[in-house]
Amino acid sequence: MNTLHGALIEIRDLSKSYLRGKQSVPVLQGVNLDVATGDFFALMGPSGSGKSTLLNLIGGLDAPSAGSIVIGGQRIDRLGAAALARWRAANVGFVFQFYNLLPMLSAQKNVELPLLLTKLSASERRKRAAIALQLVGLADRASHKPSELSGGQQQRVAIARAIVTDPELLVCDEPTGDLDRASAEDVLSLLQQLNREHGKTIVMVTHDPRAAEHASHMVHLDKGELVGATRVSAPA
Amino acid sequence: MKYLSLVWAGLWRRKTRTAFTLLSVLAAFLLFGLLGAVRSAFDAGDQLAGANRLIVSSRLSITQALPIALLPRIQAVPGVKEVAWANWFGGYYQHPTPFFPNFAVSNNYLAVYHDLFALPPAQAKAFAETQDGAVVGAALAKQFGWKLGQRIPLIAGIFPRKDGSNGWTFQIVGIFKTPNARLKGAEQDFLFHWKYFDEGNAYMRNLAGWYVVTLDNPARAGDVARAIDAISQNSDHETKTQTEQAFQAAFAKQIGDIGLIAGGIMAAVFFTLLLLTGNTMAQAVRERIPELAVLKTLGFQDGAVLALVLAESVTLILLGGVLGMGLADLIIPGLNTALAGAFPALPGLGWHGWLSALGLMLMIGLVVGVLPALRGMRLRIVDALAGR
Ligand SMILES: Nc1ncnc2c1ncn2[C@@H]1O[C@H](COP(=O)(O)OP(=O)(O)O)[C@@H](O)[C@H]1O
Ligand SMILES: [Mg+2]
Repeated sequence: MNTLHGALIEIRDLSKSYLRGKQSVPVLQGVNLDVATGDFFALMGPSGSGKSTLLNLIGGLDAPSAGSIVIGGQRIDRLGAAALARWRAANVGFVFQFYNLLPMLSAQKNVELPLLLTKLSASERRKRAAIALQLVGLADRASHKPSELSGGQQQRVAIARAIVTDPELLVCDEPTGDLDRASAEDVLSLLQQLNREHGKTIVMVTHDPRAAEHASHMVHLDKGELVGATRVSAPA
Repeated sequence: MKYLSLVWAGLWRRKTRTAFTLLSVLAAFLLFGLLGAVRSAFDAGDQLAGANRLIVSSRLSITQALPIALLPRIQAVPGVKEVAWANWFGGYYQHPTPFFPNFAVSNNYLAVYHDLFALPPAQAKAFAETQDGAVVGAALAKQFGWKLGQRIPLIAGIFPRKDGSNGWTFQIVGIFKTPNARLKGAEQDFLFHWKYFDEGNAYMRNLAGWYVVTLDNPARAGDVARAIDAISQNSDHETKTQTEQAFQAAFAKQIGDIGLIAGGIMAAVFFTLLLLTGNTMAQAVRERIPELAVLKTLGFQDGAVLALVLAESVTLILLGGVLGMGLADLIIPGLNTALAGAFPALPGLGWHGWLSALGLMLMIGLVVGVLPALRGMRLRIVDALAGR
């Protein structure tokens, strides 16, 4: 893979199975994957193929059944729940299909949420959240509640929340899955900008080929196994 | 503290539901405050020491009158300063309601209760000199529009006149005020001469409903009480000497064991409150599982999620509870006025009442919050995000 920049993510022999009743159902089997630092990486595949499962493992939201995940030199599959939470807070930004903003908080307060876990002062938190909102082009909507924003705007607030702590890695699960074409384009160019101009490494799950075109690499997942990597465009 | 706005926002996620829950918490603690005051008014035990005045009444029943012949013997007890006495009359003005307390009292009764009955000296003199004179509280006079010098007929509820009629006429010669706001209830009282009653009624002669004794030294109240009760020991009119508060409590307890009733009501109210707020919190957390999962995704620790939910339920109960107790504190003086005489005066809630209420709020908040909080804490992020 891309050795020029060094791998941010190194996944070896990764397996994940779920217990359904008494039966163990394998979802991922023997996945090996490297994602270079600074890559914009698309993970494609049919519904139920295990894309979200893999992304959640990369984001440290779940623990694998076997194999190892090293991110930025750290083996996250061996961290306990508390350490993993600290690791997520410091190293990963999350973007979901349905935005997952807290409905009773303003855009500004939503973006400030991850900063509550830092030692920053209230005024510093406000300042950084304002900068993040500005970066996604929503400075003028800071006081709006999610219900007062369009889907595309909500997703941009979610992206602002994901980058406000300045993590190296963004994981995005179908970030355009719930958006119309135009809003989807906005969100994808925003991600592309974050990748190119701010050096964020992005792993994005999508089953939309047009979304994947914005990435620099993509892999296909089928029935829990990786089936080939393609270079889409030149890396940043 | 920085999480406070998060707790607050969570609380108001469903405004109507939170408002209704708050209201029921408020009502429960309003009741808690009031019933607690009622209970402590009635539980005013036989703490004799320090009492300025003692009440001597029949040991058998406070409705049983005592011979007036006891008067010189009580006066002779060492430590007794002054003895006044009174009879319950139980009359009413035109209609049985509104009720107001009316007594036949000895001449020195007003002086013995100088803290309750502040009367211009000229009116006090007029009362002493007028055989059918009556002094009434300012609130009562205002209520019925009575003026000084007016003649007022009361209808006897218990004691007809010797000629068999129920009409007793009194001349209002004094209108008193009660300076102490906490005792304002006394301004509902109607007082007239014991002699006029004793000579005029068809049923009883030479009897006092109860005696009021003032003391040289309040610290010796216990000894004096024992000495007074010893006078009538083994007679057919044994006495019980107790504090005013205990006497009033005994008086009202004729209705039933108020303390027990109050306790029962409180238990029922708080049981309901637990179910109600418990349900609210369970629902609130169930709806918010995906949001709590987001917080965890962002790196909030299990303990932080637990604390957030607990803080929310404690805040809910504290908010409603403090409002309820505050309301109770506000209306107790008014209640005392309204229930004047029929009821021992309710004490204010005091720091003790507030402290136990706050303790109770904290406990209820934690109890109703703990299961939802555990549920929030234990959620698996990936399942919750996927809506599983
Ligand atoms: N927590 C779980 N328990 C049981 N089965 C699960 C769980 N998570 C995922 N699965 C199953 O694993 C498979 C892959 O799921 P997922 O990773 O969400 O697929 P994708 O995102 O590619 O659509 C699906 O069949 C799904 O039902
Ligand atoms: Mg998925």
